Amino acid sequence: MTVETRQGIGGGHFAGLLLAPVRWAMNLIDRPMSFVQRRFGLGGVAAAFLAPNMLVFGIFVLFPMTLNVAYSFTGGGALFLNNRVFVGTLQYETLLACRDFLDAASCREDRFWRAVGNTGFFVVVQVTALVLVSLATALVLNREMRARGFWRAVFFFPVLLSPVVVALIWKWILQRNGLLNAALLELGFEPVLWLVNRGWAMFWAIFLSIWAHLGFYTLILLAGLQAIPRDLYEAAEMDGAPRWRVLTRITLPLLWPNMVVVILLALIRAVQVFDEVFVLTGGGPGTATLFLVQYIYETGLAQQVRNLGLASAASILMAVVLIVLTLIQLLASAWRERKEQR
Amino acid sequence: MSGIATFLTRRRGGASWHFTDVLAWIWLVAGLLLMFGPVIWLGLSSFKTRAALSEFPPTLLPYETAMVHVEGFDEPLPLYRVMMEDGEEHLLVQVRRIGTVAQMADPEAPEEIIRVPLTARQPVREIKLATENYSTPFKRYNFLRYFYNSVFVTVVATIITLIFNSMAAFALSKYQFKGRTAVLAIILATLMVPLSVIIIPLFSVINGLNLFNSLWGVILPTVATPTGVFLLRQYMLTIPDELLEAARMDHASEWKIYWRIVLPLAMPAVAVLAIFSVMWRWNDFLWPLIVLSDQELYTLQVGLNSFQGELNVQWHYVLAMTVVSMLPVVVIFAFLQRFITSGIASTGIK
Amino acid sequence: MSHLELKNVSKSFGPVGVLHHVDIEVKDREFVVFVGPSGCGKSTLLRIIAGLEKATSGDVVLDGEVVNHLAAADRGLAMVFQSYALYPHMSVRQNLSFGLENTKTPRDKIEARVTEIARMLRIEELLERKPRQLSGGQRQRVAIGRAMVRRPGVFLLDEPLSNLDAELRVTMRAELAALHKRLDATMIYVTHDQTEAMTLADRIVVLRDGRVEQIGTPLELYNRPANRFVAGFIGAPHMNFLEGRFAGGEAGAARIELDGGHMLSLHIPARPKGEPITIGVRPHHIETQGGQARIPATVTLVEALGPETIIHAEAEGQPRIVAALAGQRGITSGDTVSLALDERFLHAFDADGRRVAEGEVAEEM
Repeated sequence: MTVETRQGIGGGHFAGLLLAPVRWAMNLIDRPMSFVQRRFGLGGVAAAFLAPNMLVFGIFVLFPMTLNVAYSFTGGGALFLNNRVFVGTLQYETLLACRDFLDAASCREDRFWRAVGNTGFFVVVQVTALVLVSLATALVLNREMRARGFWRAVFFFPVLLSPVVVALIWKWILQRNGLLNAALLELGFEPVLWLVNRGWAMFWAIFLSIWAHLGFYTLILLAGLQAIPRDLYEAAEMDGAPRWRVLTRITLPLLWPNMVVVILLALIRAVQVFDEVFVLTGGGPGTATLFLVQYIYETGLAQQVRNLGLASAASILMAVVLIVLTLIQLLASAWRERKEQR
Repeated sequence: MSGIATFLTRRRGGASWHFTDVLAWIWLVAGLLLMFGPVIWLGLSSFKTRAALSEFPPTLLPYETAMVHVEGFDEPLPLYRVMMEDGEEHLLVQVRRIGTVAQMADPEAPEEIIRVPLTARQPVREIKLATENYSTPFKRYNFLRYFYNSVFVTVVATIITLIFNSMAAFALSKYQFKGRTAVLAIILATLMVPLSVIIIPLFSVINGLNLFNSLWGVILPTVATPTGVFLLRQYMLTIPDELLEAARMDHASEWKIYWRIVLPLAMPAVAVLAIFSVMWRWNDFLWPLIVLSDQELYTLQVGLNSFQGELNVQWHYVLAMTVVSMLPVVVIFAFLQRFITSGIASTGIK
Repeated sequence: MSHLELKNVSKSFGPVGVLHHVDIEVKDREFVVFVGPSGCGKSTLLRIIAGLEKATSGDVVLDGEVVNHLAAADRGLAMVFQSYALYPHMSVRQNLSFGLENTKTPRDKIEARVTEIARMLRIEELLERKPRQLSGGQRQRVAIGRAMVRRPGVFLLDEPLSNLDAELRVTMRAELAALHKRLDATMIYVTHDQTEAMTLADRIVVLRDGRVEQIGTPLELYNRPANRFVAGFIGAPHMNFLEGRFAGGEAGAARIELDGGHMLSLHIPARPKGEPITIGVRPHHIETQGGQARIPATVTLVEALGPETIIHAEAEGQPRIVAALAGQRGITSGDTVSLALDERFLHAFDADGRRVAEGEVAEEM
């Protein structure tokens, strides 16, 4: 980007009027900042610029992160750490106490294992389906067509909706007297209680999260597809390659780095599934759609007897999974960047 | 019609149809129905009266039995089309219903009561928008408060985010100082730890700072976004250092360089972050759910959730308020679609 | 008064030294040009003077005061950047007044000053435009104007003309020279273009690899280059270098045998027979008619420019000789000509490239 093509906020009387209070506030801050500059030099200025962000960051992100580890080794009902009892690895032992890891009912903390099982199932199925659907959509949107912007918007806009809105939209359709049952009746089928049936509840949880996030991944893949040089396709056409060969030998291999990013991002998000499903099903029926974040939230904060220690231990275990996934993702994007530079 | 047909069948280079073209169109049309359909359905349903909502099977448009004011009756009466025994059709109002027989009357001559079996009459329906679905929750319930809280959280959090993040990004892109790499690494590391992982200790921090059950408790933990810092830093790296040097030669203080030179030039990136931040904060659910316990302080999302979680769900209000809570996002999207999608495509942030 | 001194200034980035013990004195109201090939450290030197960069060792002395510790803004200098560095989001007027606003100058004074500068640089009608709406030459003017507003004692110009096309560069060069006279200010100008240096400078500082090769007026450098590098750098077309060795003679009249067997005699002290020496001769001091020391050569390229004719020729032992002949000549490529070097204007350099002190190389009139 060159300097000349930039356009910042500029003159204009209206903007000037709007900016007057901003200007006043900024000039006010100029005094202490200039003092720092004179007294401590550029290093001091840099520190002053970093300070507000890093202060908030330290208090509300870094400190809780370390606190989390501490909490996971304590027990009791007290909220603050200094009143809590050190219990060693008891919370982890409680979480991991299972006679048979494949059967949640045999575990001491069976809700945790049901949440783990549900989350695992959700992650595998949702990510697979999500990536495939996004890929298909991106391939379709990458074709030469009119009104591509419109079609892209069609698939993209749910990304911006809040999870509560998404859940309510579908809850309304899936309810007993909802649109879907009406359609079934019209076609001569029996109505189904979608959110009362365990299997269907999980199905709709997965469906919902795909519906809501599909556009985001499509967009990333579409960007990848559009970065593939056109002349490659023209060369393939000159070579008389059939379409499926163009797809499998040119498009997909060149898209692969973006696919890796998409898969890992989808994995990281899927492990944290909560909002939409919580509003849609509340985790039910029973524990059919109880996921890890909901388990942590309920165990630690939403139940009559808060078990902060147990919830912390569970969140640490989840964090480990997320950190591993994120590290892989960072490596993958570094790999992609290096590849793009070449 | 033929215009649409040629539009639909138009193909590049006028080549013949390939089966993948058919598949692509099926995909697009199915996508249109599946992605847009539910939202349209929400919009239509939100204008139906409570009675119309409980109908099964539902009608597409918000119909309502027509009501007529008749002399001698305080309340408006429902209008019916009645097939009389003589085979003639009449428009009558129903005065009351007893068992399988309705007592009906001609609106022009309400004194005379006509008894009609229920099977012989059809309600006269007309399209009516139940706008009270929208107005009542604001008047009778706390939704105005929720709306205000959401706006407050969104605006304040976004402003603080923009200022703090851009200051940090400026320091990290335009100064050489000891520990710069370390700061970058720490910020990068926390990208891995989403809020959902630290809700337990964060809850105790919030309590310790007396921010529980306060909107500031919702705002503060979200403002130091690492994504924002990175987004802005990447952009600021592209601003030539010569501009800063020229400003230094021009006697500008470092703070002035930040807000008179770098911030205006980073506006494209700041705008992207602003849009993201507005969407994030407007849509936040889990954290406000944890921090806010007082109904008065609920944001729209939390209020909506608690409203729909009640035993007897008042769907007519829930649907209308759902529309209200998605409206700002839809408006933003309608105006800034290209900006948002290109922002996401180039940054990979959502 | 703006008198600037650099005392033993060195600069290194980590292990890489970019400036080595630089000593330069710039007098008040002098126009000094730092010239040298890219990477010679001239821009770094300018930035050290500006205060944008700190010297690793040595002092920057401004009007007798060491200013090493002073920030860029507090040195009372102004700089014109190579990329102009105009604030892209501000109008020309805002660009010009920004520096004055920062020093809390009263509004009406800023207004008056900007108007005055705009008139002087003939950019009055551009004041409300943004930099991107200006042509290269207009941007250049605004950049100079921005430097002028605060009436600095010293102007620092970092290759200010390098982004302009050739024609505009000549015009702007003249304007700069006129401006220097009018402003009566000290100017330090960095360029890699020796023509700019020759035309603009009161004195030229030739830099190479972070060292000062020679300081002098343009004609001093042209007539008496201190070494082979300066000799080759100053003057266009470049000086020819002919390799040879001493072949006897006496003090003040050495005999030189060029590779290829041609003999020259020079007014320089004789050295032991066989010691290598390089003879420098400018293309304008070679003729094909008359003169002494004729060297037969084959013409490989002819550039007929009109007022003069440049020929590239090949002689035995001397693969490439360029001669600039006055007027138009009927020479074509492939012709054999006889080259006569004007012995009054020959330069001699020893094996290390240093000038061999002579009694008298004539001053060119």
